[in-house]
Amino acid sequence: MSPPTLQVRNLKTHFFTRAGVVRAVDDVSFTVESGKVLGLVGESGSGKSVTGFSILGLVDPPGRVTGGSILFKGQDLATLSEAAMRRLRGNRIAMIFQDPMMTLNPVLRIDTQMIETVLAHAKVSREEARQRARDALGQVGIPSPEERLHAYPHQFSGGMRQRVAIAIALLHKPDLIVADEPTTALDVTIQGQILAEAQKLCAESGTALIWITHDLSVVAGLADDIAVMYAGKVVEQGPVVDVLDAPLHPYTVGLIGSVPSRNHRGEPLRQIPGMTPSLLNLPAGCAFRARCPRAEARCAEPPPFAEYRPGRFARCIHPYQEAVAA
Amino acid sequence: MSETLAPPPPALQEAPPIIELRGVSRRFATSLDFAAKLARRLGLPVREEVVHAVDGVDLSIRKGEVVGLVGESGCGKSTLGRMVAGILPPSAGSVLWWGRDLHGLSGAEARQAKLRTQMIFQDPYASLNPRLKVAEIVGEAPQYHGLVRRGGLDAYVDEQLRRAGLDPTLKRRYPHQFSGGQRQRIGIARALAVQPDFLICDEAVAALDVSIQAQILNLFMKLRRELDLTYLFISHDLGVVEHLSDRVVIMYLGRVVEEAPAEEVFQRPNHPYTRALLAEVPRIEARKRAFSGVKGEIPSPLNPPPGCHFHPRCPHAFERCRIERPALREVAPGHRSACHLNDAA
Ligand SMILES: Nc1ncnc2c1ncn2[C@@H]1O[C@H](COP(=O)(O)OP(=O)(O)OP(=O)(O)O)[C@@H](O)[C@H]1O
Ligand SMILES: Nc1ncnc2c1ncn2[C@@H]1O[C@H](COP(=O)(O)OP(=O)(O)O)[C@@H](O)[C@H]1O
Ligand code: SF4
Ligand code: SF4
Ligand SMILES: [Mg+2]
Ligand SMILES: [Mg+2]
Repeated sequence: MSPPTLQVRNLKTHFFTRAGVVRAVDDVSFTVESGKVLGLVGESGSGKSVTGFSILGLVDPPGRVTGGSILFKGQDLATLSEAAMRRLRGNRIAMIFQDPMMTLNPVLRIDTQMIETVLAHAKVSREEARQRARDALGQVGIPSPEERLHAYPHQFSGGMRQRVAIAIALLHKPDLIVADEPTTALDVTIQGQILAEAQKLCAESGTALIWITHDLSVVAGLADDIAVMYAGKVVEQGPVVDVLDAPLHPYTVGLIGSVPSRNHRGEPLRQIPGMTPSLLNLPAGCAFRARCPRAEARCAEPPPFAEYRPGRFARCIHPYQEAVAA
Repeated sequence: MSETLAPPPPALQEAPPIIELRGVSRRFATSLDFAAKLARRLGLPVREEVVHAVDGVDLSIRKGEVVGLVGESGCGKSTLGRMVAGILPPSAGSVLWWGRDLHGLSGAEARQAKLRTQMIFQDPYASLNPRLKVAEIVGEAPQYHGLVRRGGLDAYVDEQLRRAGLDPTLKRRYPHQFSGGQRQRIGIARALAVQPDFLICDEAVAALDVSIQAQILNLFMKLRRELDLTYLFISHDLGVVEHLSDRVVIMYLGRVVEEAPAEEVFQRPNHPYTRALLAEVPRIEARKRAFSGVKGEIPSPLNPPPGCHFHPRCPHAFERCRIERPALREVAPGHRSACHLNDAA
């Protein structure tokens, strides 16, 4: 059996700031198979983006990957040289950012940018590269791609710019795409178009996709698996159906409960008390302790990331449906 | 068709409109976004034109109502909100406040109207003076407008903070020492301090984390009950709007295309745009659904399509839609929609 597209094991990425060590990613593990979608959800500051940057090798000082491994098709990315990593990026592994201008150059025409990207990784003629660029634009639903190739980024709406950025990520039919909140700034009508493209891509090219979002409702319809992050750690993980219909971790239960459609119209929403903790100087033990309705004395010890069934994890001493941890 | 639908509570039906818009429009000469500005500095061609941000809107909001306003980015929600708040004059039409033209009021009355209508924004940080302590931010306006006695300011500020769910012992701190949710509470306390009866919330929870969003929405609902507030609640989040609105108004490219009691809009949407919008709302109940998206782009308000603005994206468009603007008319009691299909029926 070939190894999964991506296997992240006990990843730790810390920022060594003057105020102290920020444990932005602190023991994160997950696996994404070819053609599957992993939804990585959590509130702002929980470490989702830093997880994505770590996979792409894009963490800058004062940040550093301080532990764990990132296996891409069985190969540990940490052992690769910067040059080898650059060859993978944009070719076999691509990232889509929340702000498409992270990908696009405002002063270059779309065709220039796309053709350069093709030529950077493929030995083809300019005409062939242009053809691929046009096809990619068509694939993400941009009308009259031939004409649009001549445009500059500012001539597109936000949703179109994001689709161009996605088209660029798709150019080499990568094996893995990390999409960091790519639809958060877009309208639902445009978000629907982009989610449709993402689905098609995974089904047709077998691309593995990590979809980072704070919106559980988006991944409910898109992902196969969900990993929920809180304060730098994955606190719960498993198939979408299990995590959303039978959550184990009190934080996941709280998040699902606060979604308006899970509440009666006009009645107070169930809410999680308190606020998200600062990652500087987190106390030992469960980071959710101060907000958790099920907290008890034992929670002052760090809870283990226990596997309840194959592929079904939670990091809680007192989960909602206790089962025998394997 | 609506026998099963309960009529609005009588108190709401009889209350006079707190705000009434009559044929309100607003035009702007376009401002350039960052990418466009950069492009222009580099000598690339960039046009400057006139935007019809709001185009002939009639709308009334009765005392005690929560009206949700939804629509895609750039359709004119904030512009409409600012005209309702009296901080942006319309280019045409009139805004009536308790039946009187907002822009014909005398100085003292105009001040009254401005105080009693307060706006709450998406980014509380941008609207809080970073150099002032919380106590000053909340106490400034009521003191200036003489809403509180000299010796009573401290207690008054404490009361506003407590009402917004903030610990008054934190009032000597500066805005940057608070989290996003707490800053939004400061913004709410500041608005409440001038004793408004009408709050316009413009994407007021959009920047907040999911768990904090629920706290702030609950606060809005609690304040409504306690202070008998009226709300215009602008949001792109249909789940949030469905949860707390009595009535929902849907805008498309500067125009109101549908307006109805909240349950009616979500259960029996009439306008093809509303139906398309509702179909795209991600639902936490969905599992591995196929997404599709409303076909086409949001057209530019610089150059809106003629006739029905929605016709280039509408699956039901026919000849008349390309020529004639459909009027907003009643399709059921309290339910108005602007679509030519309703004439054929
Ligand atoms: N001061 C201004 N000068 C020029 N154009 C403006 C100005 N304010 C708004 N517009 C334009 O008017 C239209 C409506 O803008 P508005 O801010 O009301 O939209 P909105 O519905 O609130 O959008 P969003 O959901 O993105 O907040 C847009 O095309 C916008 O670019
Ligand atoms: N360059 C940096 N220096 C210091 N801390 C950082 C840096 N980048 C991110 N962090 C911290 O790492 C944590 C996780 O950030 P991030 O992954 O961006 O969160 P998310 O994407 O989940 O909102 C946050 O506490 C953030 O402040
Ligand atoms: S470990 Fe304890 S505090 Fe943490 S989530 Fe579980 S019950 Fe709550
Ligand atoms: S008027 Fe015509 S184009 Fe507009 S929504 Fe109705 S059917 Fe569609
Ligand atoms: Mg992020
Ligand atoms: Mg707005």
